[in-house]
Amino acid sequence: MADQPKGCARVTGAVLGEPSPEVPDAPTNHEPAKEDFMTARVGQKAPDFNAPAYFEGSFTNVQLSDYFGKWILICFYPGDFTFV
Amino acid sequence: MSAVADKYQELQDLGVEVFSVSVDSHFVHKMWNDHELTKMVDGGIPFHMLSDQAGNIGRAYGVYDETQGIELRGRFIIDPDGVVQAMEVLTPPVGRRIAETVRQVQAFQVVRASGGAEATPAGWMPGDPVLKPGPDLVGNVWKEWKPNE
Repeated sequence: MADQPKGCARVTGAVLGEPSPEVPDAPTNHEPAKEDFMTARVGQKAPDFNAPAYFEGSFTNVQLSDYFGKWILICFYPGDFTFV
Repeated sequence: MSAVADKYQELQDLGVEVFSVSVDSHFVHKMWNDHELTKMVDGGIPFHMLSDQAGNIGRAYGVYDETQGIELRGRFIIDPDGVVQAMEVLTPPVGRRIAETVRQVQAFQVVRASGGAEATPAGWMPGDPVLKPGPDLVGNVWKEWKPNE
């Protein structure tokens, strides 16, 4: 949980690690669908990522794999200041 | 997010680390926390609010809506091995029921503690009997569990 460098650069979340290995016997003309790429599935390893974050008054950086070893709950939502 | 914050202590007691993610910047997260959420939750949001402005994380989790440029209400439970055990995705107008997330975590923890020897039937709540899958249970679930009890 390193401190976020101060500055005005537009920072965003980034997925970490290698892309899913190609299936060796797949037809060579097979174009994997975009959503095949590292899409989270139950029973499989969660895609690792890091992202800038706000946490209790500070700006920090979170890397998911730093928390492996614990149970983790991730909640995506449409946007701040929305109503639900 | 205030609904998740409201259950945060319960989740912490279960050893769960919580992260929220949206396409807003971490600066906007601070403003939302300071100006609105602190009025709904004492002390404000107690967990990390992550920023995914480019939608990269949302795409990896299959919840980024390219047309609207937002992230759907995706909820993921990840076990200590880093394996996704449960996911739920809702379109924006309907909110989650966090109590159900808590129940699922409790169920997955029971299964994990048993090394996979136990399973929780539909509607299982903490304290309810669990099932022990094996040859003796085949055709005999009705003796152990009924859907309306």
